[in-house]
Amino acid sequence: MSESIKNEISDAKILPFGESAILIEFGKGIDPEIHSRVKVFTEDLDLNPLPAMIEYVSAFSSVTIFYNPMKVRKMQKDVPEEKSLLTFEIVAAMVREKLCKLERGADYTPRIVEIPVCYGEEFGPDLQYVAECNKLTVDEVIHIHSHGEYLVYMIGFAPGFPYLGGMSETIATPRRQSPRMSIPAGSVGIAGMQTGVYPIATPGGWQLIGNTPVELFRLQDNPPTLLQSGDRIRFYPISRKEYEEYKGGRS
Amino acid sequence: MSIKVLSPGLLTSIQDLGRYGYQKYGVIVSGGMDTYALRLANLLVGNKEGEATLEMTLMGPSLLLEADLLLAITGGDLSPTINGESVPQGRPVLVRKGSVLKFGALKSGCRSYLAVRGGYDIPEVMGSKSTYLRAKIGGYQGRALLQGDILPVRCSSPLSLAESLEKTMGSRSFAFPSWYVGKSYVSETSQEYKVRVIPNSQFPLFSPDSRKQLFQQPFQVTTQSDRMGYRLSGASLQLTEPLEMVSEAVALGTIQVPPDGNPIILLADRQTVGGYPKIAQVAGADISTVAQIKPGSRIWFVEISLAEAERLYAAREADIQRITITVQSQLAGITT
Repeated sequence: MSESIKNEISDAKILPFGESAILIEFGKGIDPEIHSRVKVFTEDLDLNPLPAMIEYVSAFSSVTIFYNPMKVRKMQKDVPEEKSLLTFEIVAAMVREKLCKLERGADYTPRIVEIPVCYGEEFGPDLQYVAECNKLTVDEVIHIHSHGEYLVYMIGFAPGFPYLGGMSETIATPRRQSPRMSIPAGSVGIAGMQTGVYPIATPGGWQLIGNTPVELFRLQDNPPTLLQSGDRIRFYPISRKEYEEYKGGRS
Repeated sequence: MSIKVLSPGLLTSIQDLGRYGYQKYGVIVSGGMDTYALRLANLLVGNKEGEATLEMTLMGPSLLLEADLLLAITGGDLSPTINGESVPQGRPVLVRKGSVLKFGALKSGCRSYLAVRGGYDIPEVMGSKSTYLRAKIGGYQGRALLQGDILPVRCSSPLSLAESLEKTMGSRSFAFPSWYVGKSYVSETSQEYKVRVIPNSQFPLFSPDSRKQLFQQPFQVTTQSDRMGYRLSGASLQLTEPLEMVSEAVALGTIQVPPDGNPIILLADRQTVGGYPKIAQVAGADISTVAQIKPGSRIWFVEISLAEAERLYAAREADIQRITITVQSQLAGITT
């Protein structure tokens, strides 16, 4: 990791978020550099959780830590009332200490996850539209979509749903005028500059181009999702036959 | 031991204190909306405070108790009766096998909690029994209760209090002690509620008018309010200038403002992340108050400092600590 990023990690902004959470901002916007700081910090949190931490949520450029204020209070119980700090200040000091330590050498190597997609057919009712919109052939759309490398900036919206960055502008397509009532689980879609995969059936306005037989939300596993923040993913096309085999092999 | 659902009510689901540790995977917290009432209900029957309870909304269920049970009802008042006879809230009640516990007209609040001694015997999913309605996981088969459902109840050692109630019960179908807890915070008749909030770090980005309006006029809770969040109507809150914002975590009680200017208070079934600006944060100590406000009522937001919110939170926990100690000695038959 370069020296400049190291410095920026400890420059993160620490803000209160109610009496039970704290927000750590590593920058603004959607940027792989900023996100790598988010990931370095959360990897450290996984290994060395803060005392009184309940859990954290990492996002594009920030991390929010949820904590138990009563446990934090107990940590300073010998301090006289008039000298006692805000619970927030105690947590902020612990976060700052952690950020400073991170200057010394932490780094992260992204996992690469490959996701098979059966493009088109009934799985991708909007594939033709995406091609027409961008003056491409269907095969060109598939080629472009499956030759990109995408960064999982965060998981949210639904269990295991990845917010991906890195899609080629040449296949960007606006959302549908009217959303579908239900999009099947495994659907791969495009919405504006974004692409994504739906882990569970849900209503939505994305342009659907294919479907993956891989389960993104795995209730029995820990972690319960295929993807995690910081992963890099690649899509690769599979035939209808391979799709069926994959599904059949699992059940 | 079990409970049979004769009629399910409007929205009755199994909820505990929530599913923690999985928000980073997009799995929402869920759990009881009014955790204060939920914890009290459990304490009153000698359960761990975070045991699963039934959360009942606006119109409660009708339940056949297929065993002798010690139960407690807390939170909003949905006029509970046992075999047609009114039954009091906020205390343990020993009920005979074969009795029908029926909830009726809404008298106060919005949600009521039913805890049974031993707890409902259903499996945990990702460390919690809470029902995650949208993903159809947890709770009773991942859904709200339906007519004909049989809820198993775990066996548990009898409490000293239950034994003494048993002796005095005679031929009646239920019995309860004279003491009770936690009645005061659900307002009987009010249509207006004060809710204390801490301005969020994005508060200064709202227009000076909007910042004033947040505290100078009431907001009505609309009918598009549910476990996910309360949609409010009143002044239209606007940013001074458009904000380029990327999604980040939201919290219980976050007040976010979509472009239409109508604030939304995020509650138990909130999504893990959101992309709307956040104007304020409801103090943790007032979340239970919000959870008991029904659509049509009005909220006045009151600004407090972070220090005050922390103090209120600690006071609420101390209050529960005190109740716990008192109730535990009562349940063990220790009278002072």
